[in-house]
Amino acid sequence: MKMSATGRVNLVALAVLFCSLAGAMAALYAMDRTRRQPVGEDELYISSPRVLRRMSLGYTGLLADIYWTRAVQYFGEQHHGNSGDFRLLAPLLEVTTELDPKLLPAYEFGANFLAPPPPSGAGLPGAALSLTKYGIAHNPDQWRLYYNLGFLYYTEFKDYAKAAEAFKQGAALPVTNEFMPILAARMAQHAGEFDTARMLWVTTYQSTKEPSIRQNAAEHLLALQVDEEVTQLEQVVERYRHQTGRLPESMGDLERAGFIHGTPADPKGNPYQLTMDGRIEVQNPRILYFITKGLPPGASPPQPPRESSR
Amino acid sequence: MNSRIGSIAFNTFREAVRDRVLYNLIAFVLLLSGAAILVGEISIDIERLVVINLGLTAVSLFGVVIAIFIGIGLVSKEIEKRTLYTVLSRSVRRWEFVVGKFFGLTGTLVVNTACMALGVFLALLYVSHKFERMDEWVLVALYFIVLQFFIVCALALFFSSFSTPLMSAVFTFALFVIGSLAEDLRGFARITHGLGGWLATGIAYLVPNFSALNVISQVAHGDGVAGRLILYNTVYALLYSAMAISGAVLIFQRRNLK
Repeated sequence: MKMSATGRVNLVALAVLFCSLAGAMAALYAMDRTRRQPVGEDELYISSPRVLRRMSLGYTGLLADIYWTRAVQYFGEQHHGNSGDFRLLAPLLEVTTELDPKLLPAYEFGANFLAPPPPSGAGLPGAALSLTKYGIAHNPDQWRLYYNLGFLYYTEFKDYAKAAEAFKQGAALPVTNEFMPILAARMAQHAGEFDTARMLWVTTYQSTKEPSIRQNAAEHLLALQVDEEVTQLEQVVERYRHQTGRLPESMGDLERAGFIHGTPADPKGNPYQLTMDGRIEVQNPRILYFITKGLPPGASPPQPPRESSR
Repeated sequence: MNSRIGSIAFNTFREAVRDRVLYNLIAFVLLLSGAAILVGEISIDIERLVVINLGLTAVSLFGVVIAIFIGIGLVSKEIEKRTLYTVLSRSVRRWEFVVGKFFGLTGTLVVNTACMALGVFLALLYVSHKFERMDEWVLVALYFIVLQFFIVCALALFFSSFSTPLMSAVFTFALFVIGSLAEDLRGFARITHGLGGWLATGIAYLVPNFSALNVISQVAHGDGVAGRLILYNTVYALLYSAMAISGAVLIFQRRNLK
């Protein structure tokens, strides 16, 4: 069957259309492989929230959502890529919260991931503190922000007086958390390090919906348990040495002497190991993130694997 | 409303609804609402916020685009197609023609906004699984967006009564941008003294204040809107629209249509 002139033109146009589209996509793919990083990934073209606010023509809520999503994606990508470079996290969160000062998840994210040192966070406790204070200034009725402030003073600055004051202010709000007055009292007394730290992480775990923050809190709780158990076992070893005049050779020696019952194990189920010099070590430190005790001499606290938070 | 204004308004509405660009824009807004859900998925804890912010911003911006691009062509199209002469020869007065066109266009936009709002509420239901009491403030934000359309329509009609469609679009869009920055203009007026200060204050009061009509971010967080603001915004939008339409009538009455 003979094709009409119009039909031929249509056929050629269709073929050119698809070929051009495929060619353009292939060129773009090749371009992406040539460049080390996609354009715009690590640049903050406009860092002034004031300029952005004007450019948004009043639609600041949407722009804040876009910047917040970008901050989350940026953190996830840098974390995933094990770069340890989070220099844009603080400005992204600042722009986000200045565009929408009521965006509470951004403050929580900042308090949890701006302060810790790399590779877990950006290592900017000062920026985390400023962000949290800005959040409190714009949302004075949110107990979580006072909680984050107290948490930062306690964990990053070891400033117990300021931490106590922050928890006290949060506890005085009409809507608050039951742990806030207890935390305020504990900070004031500066007592029971493990219990206080546990209470903080339990509050973080229970009061957030964000999976990455929950997981972070759960891992810190496990680490606290290990740190506490190792400390207690080393005290037991010391008591054994004091009583018998020698170090125990195995956990069995401690059990036979009546100091422990059974073989103590870490939260992952692996038995603790007694070293020749009387120290307690975990069997597999790589799966117990953030622990500070029970590590081989010279080892640094293990960090979670690099996974994208989202 | 007299029957002649009603007829013109209805025909304007019918013509606008027939316009395919209009349907495309609605479909696009519905798609954007769907995109809001996806953005909510890749971000943290702000699904509801994204749906409201993105949805209402899309309703507002696309509505403004529709208002401008239909509004600027209402008069010029009738002249171009020579239908204006037929209309005016059938005992329809010029002011009735302008007012009818305004009501037809705002009616179109109200119907469009209702369709777009339905998309936003469906997306909201999808992410929240239920409606909450604070969602009623979204309706207030939508009402303010409709008031915004009244002003934009009136301005588009005003400029199209004496200018070309292209220049009318430029003027209306420029006033929309300036009006969205009205609060900055007022801030500038407050810190400027002397003649400059008076001038800035005058301009700040003369240009339409769209920033007071934008409560999207506020309602996205579930914060209420004061009843007094609803009243003042309603009065302001109606008076400003009436002013612009009166200006359009005054110019159109004197315009030589030959």
